[in-house]
Amino acid sequence: MNAPTEPNSFRTGPDEKGMFGIFGGRFVAETLMPLILDLEAEWEKAKTDPDFWAELGHLNAHYAGRPSPLYFAERLTEHLGGAKIYFKRDELNHTGSHKINNCLGQILLARRMGKKRIIAETGAGQHGVASATVSARFGFPCVVYMGATDVERQAPNVFRMKLLGAEVRPVTAGHGTLKDAMNEALRDWVTNVDDTYYLIGTAAGPHPYPEMVRDFQSVIGKEAKEQLMAAEGRLPDLLVAAVGGGSNAIGLFHPFLDDKSVQIVGVEAGGKGLEGDEHCASLTAGSPGVLHGNRTYLLQTDDGQIKDGHSISAGLDYPGIGPEHSWLKESCRVEYVPIMDNEALDAFQTLTRLEGIIPALEPAHALAEVIKRAPKMAKDQIIVMNLCGRGDKDIFTVGKLLGMGL
Amino acid sequence: MTTRIDAKFAKLKAEGRPALVTYFMGGDPDYESSLRIMKALPKSGADVIELGMPFSDPMADGPAIQAAGLRALKGGQTLKKTLAMATDFRRSDDTTPIVLMGYYNPIYKYGVDRFLVDALAAGIDGLIVVDLPAEMDDELCAPALKAGLNFIRLTTPTTDDRRLPTVLVNTSGFVYYVSMTGITGSALPDTSKVAVAVKRIKAKTDLPICVGFGVKTAEQARIIGQAADGVVVGTAIVNAVASVLGKDGKATADPAEAVATLVTGLSQGVRAARLAPA
Repeated sequence: MNAPTEPNSFRTGPDEKGMFGIFGGRFVAETLMPLILDLEAEWEKAKTDPDFWAELGHLNAHYAGRPSPLYFAERLTEHLGGAKIYFKRDELNHTGSHKINNCLGQILLARRMGKKRIIAETGAGQHGVASATVSARFGFPCVVYMGATDVERQAPNVFRMKLLGAEVRPVTAGHGTLKDAMNEALRDWVTNVDDTYYLIGTAAGPHPYPEMVRDFQSVIGKEAKEQLMAAEGRLPDLLVAAVGGGSNAIGLFHPFLDDKSVQIVGVEAGGKGLEGDEHCASLTAGSPGVLHGNRTYLLQTDDGQIKDGHSISAGLDYPGIGPEHSWLKESCRVEYVPIMDNEALDAFQTLTRLEGIIPALEPAHALAEVIKRAPKMAKDQIIVMNLCGRGDKDIFTVGKLLGMGL
Repeated sequence: MTTRIDAKFAKLKAEGRPALVTYFMGGDPDYESSLRIMKALPKSGADVIELGMPFSDPMADGPAIQAAGLRALKGGQTLKKTLAMATDFRRSDDTTPIVLMGYYNPIYKYGVDRFLVDALAAGIDGLIVVDLPAEMDDELCAPALKAGLNFIRLTTPTTDDRRLPTVLVNTSGFVYYVSMTGITGSALPDTSKVAVAVKRIKAKTDLPICVGFGVKTAEQARIIGQAADGVVVGTAIVNAVASVLGKDGKATADPAEAVATLVTGLSQGVRAARLAPA
């Protein structure tokens, strides 16, 4: 596709209809439309309310543990022999991933709106755990929809959610992954319209979710920018993050979008390869369509039926992508590339051995791309990668794949 | 412009009875059986046909319609075949209105302009697209109206008086009142509330009001038909199809006959709606 005329800024979206170019929007049933308009109105008020941001800032600092460190990975850098590699350590947040950033913001909104019950969908369980955590902290009952396949492969997170008092409802439809969990959460919302807040975990869904989740996650990029400025006195040359729905990536990328010297790469799940259906590379191998309230790139058949996809990482196992990423792809500001299951698995082990950090399988995809690129870059160049989750939840999956008994 | 839908509701108004609007899933369990079901509907007393377009991720539907869609997709149904089914049906019936009902993505992928041309050629009269609210009218509603199709909108208990005009402005054919907040096939709500809601919408529009979501029996159809201009039945019909399918998905009895038996009963319900109680 030809690159359109470059906009003055890549940071002005979405427009008043919730669109990023042709992507985004509000493709929901009429029953949900008034709820989404209510949410948008409340979000608009909160956005400009200093008290809202002050409370969120306090929670981020004292509850979630922000700012997360920006860590220079010295041994990995030496090992690869190229650009300096920094990790934004969002895996050190309370609950073990970037998901808490968004959940704290949305739970404050839910409370402002007088809602009584939280529902959420989850893939890897990281968002489910973060939702269950903030629900416990603020005294809300919480129901988490999770694909039955994911319930099985992310058992530790299921247990954590239950400990936190959430009800985990396994979804057996489809392949029993994130897409099916999201369908079921929407069915719950359409049924319980009066008292329920739907806490979407990624920068997707109907407007205003993509914008709202992005704004809550942008704390990642804002901090990284300041921290790198303090450490190196300059901007990075390259940003890398994994994209499933795309919330950790948009959180890192967004504050840098207008810094033209910064190259930005999003890493999709290439699964077992892009030739068949066993992958989740919606931007690389999909086409625009409408699902879960927004228009975005999707894995779909010629008849517009959504495919199930596959990834070793439950958090990337989603046939869509946040709409802003679709727009950033088409406007050529961000490059999106696939990483295969086995490459991610190798990167997972490399980081564990070299830096003593067990990453989640999601950022292991981003890391595999860093491992490819860093050696080709000059030693005075800088890469910042979002290490968005820790790998404790994945050790059973990895153990099985490596043939190690646990 | 008068469509088959307008003509049908005008005729029923003259007869003094509500319409029976019947939904079935195109291609469930296979094309041929499904076409026979479609043909059986008007013969059993249905006035308007809603032809379901299967979608892999039907977010507003309950388990019965989800399963029917998946059966149809497994049987090889596509949007192209759903349109072909309407074409086949029109060879023997040129008066019963056909409304396509489903989700936007298959239409978007097909291409809106091409879809409208092919839908008109297939004898389609109206569209119900669940995930296109009024805010997204530029997508399909505006071009569909321009092409001469009716665009039927869902209104729900969450559509309050402030919002109702927004929803009604580009609605044509009839208004589909979803009797509850929830997915298709849930329990029927308090019927007195339905009557109040219909009255509330009627104050804002001259279009016929059809009520659906949760109507399963002839008696329910009769009661809803007292207040509404039409009664929509979907899940019960889809269940009638499912009831004759074996574990392997193959029919153990004729699904068209199972549907005909159900619809005949429902049609007696709507025909009794406005009669004085015995």
